[in-house]
Amino acid sequence: MRKSGKISTLLSDKEKRFNLLAFITQISIIVIFLLSWEILTRLGVINTFVFSSPSLIIKTIKELFLTGHLVTHLTTTFLETAIAFVLGIVLGLLVALILYSFKFIAKVVDPFLTLINSLPKVALGPILIIWIGANTKSIIVMALLINLIVSIVTIYNGFLNIDENKIKLLKSFGATKGQILRKLIIPASYQTIVSSLKLNISMSLIGVIMGEFLVSKEGLGYLIMYGTQVFDLNLVMSGIFLLLIFSYILYKAISLLEKKLIKE
Amino acid sequence: MNNLVEIKNLTKTYHTKKEEVEAICNISLDIKEGEFIAIVGSSGCGKSTLLSILANLEEKTGGQITFNKKDFVIGYMLQNDCLLDWLTILDNATLGLDIQKNKTKENVDYVKKLLKTYDLDSFKDKYPKELSGGMKQRVALIRTLAIRPDILLLDEPFSALDYQTRLAVSDDVYKIIKKEKKTVIMVTHDLAEAISLADRVVVLSKRPCQIKKIYDIKLTNKSNPIENRKAKEFSDYYEKIWQNLDVVI
Repeated sequence: MRKSGKISTLLSDKEKRFNLLAFITQISIIVIFLLSWEILTRLGVINTFVFSSPSLIIKTIKELFLTGHLVTHLTTTFLETAIAFVLGIVLGLLVALILYSFKFIAKVVDPFLTLINSLPKVALGPILIIWIGANTKSIIVMALLINLIVSIVTIYNGFLNIDENKIKLLKSFGATKGQILRKLIIPASYQTIVSSLKLNISMSLIGVIMGEFLVSKEGLGYLIMYGTQVFDLNLVMSGIFLLLIFSYILYKAISLLEKKLIKE
Repeated sequence: MNNLVEIKNLTKTYHTKKEEVEAICNISLDIKEGEFIAIVGSSGCGKSTLLSILANLEEKTGGQITFNKKDFVIGYMLQNDCLLDWLTILDNATLGLDIQKNKTKENVDYVKKLLKTYDLDSFKDKYPKELSGGMKQRVALIRTLAIRPDILLLDEPFSALDYQTRLAVSDDVYKIIKKEKKTVIMVTHDLAEAISLADRVVVLSKRPCQIKKIYDIKLTNKSNPIENRKAKEFSDYYEKIWQNLDVVI
């Protein structure tokens, strides 16, 4: 027993070294990339007017922060994403439940879902602006269009994959449709629903940025779009950098939430 | 003994897009109280359909089924244990009571007593994944017994288990059923299982299934299923039933 214990720690040491090496390499890649970018711009090989530079990006972000705009942009995008995300999950679950409970509706709606799903939703952007107006509502609807269909399909398929025998068992006890939903379908799909959160958050963010590109006065998408229009590449790159960090944090937060929810 | 269930001229026809499929053609069978009946037949012959109709999960096309008792309760046990992962063993065992809104203290105590009698007491707050296959099958049986059924319908109850567990569990289940004095109809494709467990074995023909023959199983020193397999009449019955099944490979 002691021997095998030793082997396992040896193995994990090896694994630890492997992981550490990978981590160091990852950091090196970032450092080398940023350094060569910075050095090449200082040497004049790369034009800062078109490509910006790490130091200029930091400077721009600092200015944004000092003028207070940074917080406004971040909160705007965050709120829009959060609203779209929550609406997407709630409506997705609701529609999936309706489709599951009424086979006829599911049958009728099926080709339309496929049709809408295959359409690049961005194409609807201009119509949304005309119908809803150039405001935050349009942005949220845009994000909903993108995340809702995916949520519906994922959750609905989760429902369909539930073991027929378990449904038969509940029916043999004389369970009603509602009881089958409450006692079996929803708890059994818990994992599917939780994993759909991750997909949903990425989709919501895509939708929000898309929407901000089309109509907005603030937000990370607006920052990038505005920067492009006035040809301020420092602003564009700063926007992209902030978005990168922002989306990473959101994704990690949802992953953490997922781990917490699935752990019994 | 009284007939608990009387099945008369039962027929079942399925309608598919292309044609009508006759699954059951004119079955009549009386089931006495306390009896253990095994139904055997080649796969796809419609024996599971028969159980589904008895359990009220499917409509019959024709014929009559009479239950000679007021408020007749049917317990149905499926091939796999169908325990719900997110419920504790006690909650799983009381699922039927919960659905029938009958989870009284008296009934829950009855389930607890059953769990205790069948060595599951220490597991009642555990989750299904912590139990062995045989234990899960026992929980499934207790879940069925919890609603105090007048008849138990077992649809290939052991087929999801490996051979050794299967022998042990069928022994277990048999003891529980006899102890609780239940009437049973079991569907199986395992002839040895049918002969070793049942009082009568009903052989069904190929689809549309009809009753081909009914064997009264009389074994010397009849005791539990594993011992029954050693009885001298066992192989005779096996031989006869096997020939009646007309299995084509």
